[in-house]
Order: sequence, then C-alpha cells, then structure tokens
Amino acid sequence: MTSIAPVKRRGLFRRKLLDRVVRALSVLALTVAVAAMVWILYTVIRRGVAVISWDFLTECSKPYGAMNSGIANALLGTLAITFGAALLGIPPAILGGIWLAEFGKGTKLGDTIRFSANVMMGMPSVVVGLFVYAVLVVPCGGFSGFAGSVALAILMFPVVMRTTEDMLLMVPDALRESALALGASRARASLQIICRSARSGLITGILLAVARVSGETAPLLFTALWSDSWPKNYFEGPTANLPVLITEYSTNSPFDEQHAAGWGAALVVTAMVLLLNIATRIIFKEKHHER
Amino acid sequence: MNAEADHSPVKISVRNLNFFYTKAVQSLFDNNLDIRANRITAVIGPSGCGKSTHLRVYNRIFELYRGQRADGQVLIDGRNILDPAVDVLELRRKVGMIFQKPTPFPMSVFDNVAYPMRLHFKLSRSEIADRVEAALKGASLWDEVKDKLKKSGLALSGGQQQRLCIARAIAAEPEILLMDEPTSAVDPVATLKIEDLVLELREKFTVVIVTHNMQQASRISDYTAFFYKGRIVEYDRTEKIFTNPSEKKTEEYITGRFG
Repeated sequence: MTSIAPVKRRGLFRRKLLDRVVRALSVLALTVAVAAMVWILYTVIRRGVAVISWDFLTECSKPYGAMNSGIANALLGTLAITFGAALLGIPPAILGGIWLAEFGKGTKLGDTIRFSANVMMGMPSVVVGLFVYAVLVVPCGGFSGFAGSVALAILMFPVVMRTTEDMLLMVPDALRESALALGASRARASLQIICRSARSGLITGILLAVARVSGETAPLLFTALWSDSWPKNYFEGPTANLPVLITEYSTNSPFDEQHAAGWGAALVVTAMVLLLNIATRIIFKEKHHER
Repeated sequence: MNAEADHSPVKISVRNLNFFYTKAVQSLFDNNLDIRANRITAVIGPSGCGKSTHLRVYNRIFELYRGQRADGQVLIDGRNILDPAVDVLELRRKVGMIFQKPTPFPMSVFDNVAYPMRLHFKLSRSEIADRVEAALKGASLWDEVKDKLKKSGLALSGGQQQRLCIARAIAAEPEILLMDEPTSAVDPVATLKIEDLVLELREKFTVVIVTHNMQQASRISDYTAFFYKGRIVEYDRTEKIFTNPSEKKTEEYITGRFG
C-alpha cells in the first residue's frame, strides 16, 4: 500500500460557524417577511372590522358627502369583473401552457411564446389598462365591466400559462410515456393524465393569478372606472369595483367616514381572496393521494 | 443450439435496425432479431448498451422525443411498424409496455385498469367492471386490491403498483408486452411475484423483457439476446446463452467479468 501524505484538514469550527450564520440569516429573513404579512393583516383587520356591518355589505355606495354608504355595488362589480376575467383568461392560458410543455418544447415558436409571456408578466398593469382603453373602451364608446375583465384577463394570462407549463414539465416523462404506451393520443394523455397529475400545481397558479388581479386598481381605472350605482349591465357603463373604491375613498375623499370605509373594503377584498383560496383547496382536495 | 425445434411462429422480426438519438449519435447498429410468439425473450447487457432503446422502437414510444430516429424494419406479424402509415395508437394497443418505475395514474385502482378499455373499446359499465376484475386477476393483484378498487393507485405498495401497471397494460388486450426492467424498482419479494406473473403471461402474450439481472433472465426467459455497445452480440435459447455461449464476449458478461 502506498502511503498518502497527511492532508491539512479544514477547520471544523469555521464550517460549524458558517452553518450557524446561514441558518440565523434565513430565520431572520423569514421573520421579516412573516412579520410584514402579519402587520398588514393586523392593520387591515383592526381598521376594517370597525366599519363592517350588515348595511355596509348590502347597501349601495353613495356620492361623497352622503353618509352611511355601503360597498355592495363595488363587491358585486368586483365579483363580476374578476369572474369574467377568469373565464376569459384561464382556459386559453391553460391550453397555452399545455402546448408549451407538451408540444412546443424545444421549438422556435415555443421559445418565442415563452419569452413573450415572460415579458408580458413584467408589463406594468397600468400599461395593460391603457391598452384596453385604447382598443376596447374608446372604440366601443365607453367604460364597462367587461373591459375591466379583459384587462385583468390579459394580466392573468401569462402568469397562468407559465405556471401551467412549469407544473406540467415537473410531471415525470415516465407517466407521459405510460399514457402514450397504452395508445392514448398526445392531447388525451395531456388532458386526462398529465394535467390531472399536476392538478394541485395548476390550481395554485390559477389562485395566485386570481388573487393578484383581484386587487389591481390601475387597469380598472381605464376600463371599468367607478360608479355609485348598482352594476346593471356587464357590457355597458362604468362599473363599481372594490380596488377603485379603496383608492378613491382612501386618497381622494376628504371625509373620515370614507377613509374608514376604505379600510372596510380592503378587509373585504382580503377576506374574499382568502375564502377563494380555502374553498378551492377544499373542493379540489387531492382525495387520491391519501396513503 | 438446442436440437429440438421451436414451432412457435415469429411474432416480431427486426431487420437492420439502426437508431439515432440525434443525427450524430447512433445508439443501435444493425440489429437483427426474431422474437417468437408466446415466448419470453430477455434482453441483457451492460448499462447503456441499447437494450431499452431497442425495446422502445417496438411501440414507437421514442417518437415522443424530437430528433430520435429509427432506421430499418421492425415487422410485427409481417407488417413493418416503422412505416409512417401504421397507426401508432393502434400499434400501442397491440404492443403494451411496462416501465422501470411503476407509473400508476393519479386515479383509483379501478379507473387505472379501466383507462385503456375506455380508450379503445365501447363497453357498458358492467362489462368494464368484469374486465377490470379479469385484468387484475391476470396480474395476480385481484385478491390484494378487491376491497380497495376505489382507492388511489398511488396508495398501493411499489410491487402492487407495478402489477397494477401490468393489469392496465393487459386491459388494452395487447398481443405483445414489452417490459423495461420491470423489477428494478421493487423489493425482492415483489420481484419474485412479478417474475411468476411474467411466466403466466407467456400463455397469452409475447413477452420481451429487458433486465439487468442475469438470474432473472435465466429463471424466466426462453430466449436471450445479449446486447453490447448497440449491437446484438448473441441471440439464442436462454439455456444455451447461459451454459454454452458461442461468443467470448457473452461468456465474459454472464460470468460477471465486466458489465
């Protein structure tokens, strides 16, 4: 046996110290992030809860100065606009994601679309609002809830498409191959097996996108605008909605009561997104994965 | 060569098969092979020698990947399945495949087995139920899962999952079963169960099994093909390959001198 020259060992102390430092830093970073979240939630709840009442949730909003107004018209408007956006944006985004992951992988067209989607995700929402204003609101002769949905759908589209693609690419090729090996077509295998397997990831992507757009204000200023009346026609006329209400009441209104109502509306939006999250998780719970 | 002749007809006939992963990388060289019906043919050889690649040509599953290309002929019942006119969905119904790792679909045990039936056949609910039972019995899994048909296929043990995949493959009513190292991801007891099952499957199907495990090849197969660096070095009856191989390379491999 040949003898090996003794090698200098690296200091154990330094390695352990580094481990501790990295651990401490990650805990610190996590604490800061969680604290910010708790702080925001605490502020919204503390300030918002005071104004929440039955009337607040069921009455229509009133013009500046008229007291005891509600937010029900804005709540309805936001539900309609967000639901419409989901309806317009999610199906093509999911299909686009499937195409990118299953068919466009490694093709020039696929790369181009993926790059465009990334660019689109970084686009300021106010630009999207302006775009819809120019191509839809002006030619059609006015603001509408539908125009708001279109703007939000454009914002959701790249997010859902890219998360769908990423989630589908995480499904092992073996599963893809076994579906095809049974004689399933590519499309059928994608929809019935691959998407099903990536289901919880797809839902997370959709929820994130919905949550993100449900608080978007800038694009709605250009499209749905604002109204103090009940939303009557989704396709015509300015439509009340929560984000614009919050902005208006909190920044433009001189009245304390409306400042408070702004906090109440903020709480309602937060609760809505939370409820949507919980409800979706319960409905689509992975029954099959219990072991 | 064994004196007694095998009267079983040739099911798969491979002629001058070359395979390219990319234009520049060739991984199979001039493969020729005659696989007999209702026999178990084992494909052995060291890692990276092209065993799986060869198998994956039989159901054209390699076409999933852009740029991969097979040249030559693979005749199944006399028809060249590499001909683009051959319908690949129908080919894959006829030629089932089992993979290294069990791949149950994220659905119930029942639906896993019913999946290929719903894909290929028009059947009533009760007919499907009967056939699911038959397929699970055919894969020696029925007794273990008859009370868990509604449970997820993913909730079964690894060995059970693999037999579920075999049941699912059988459910498409194939004629040929390709098995790509079907026991490499399961424990020894489950391996024995699967081996017993493969022996039973021979009655109804033509089985081609890729294996790393030479004991397995010698235990269950009728014929063995030894692959080395993308070429078929030797192909003969299994007992001949393992007792008196003609090629030196084969002998070196089966005696464990390399690989």
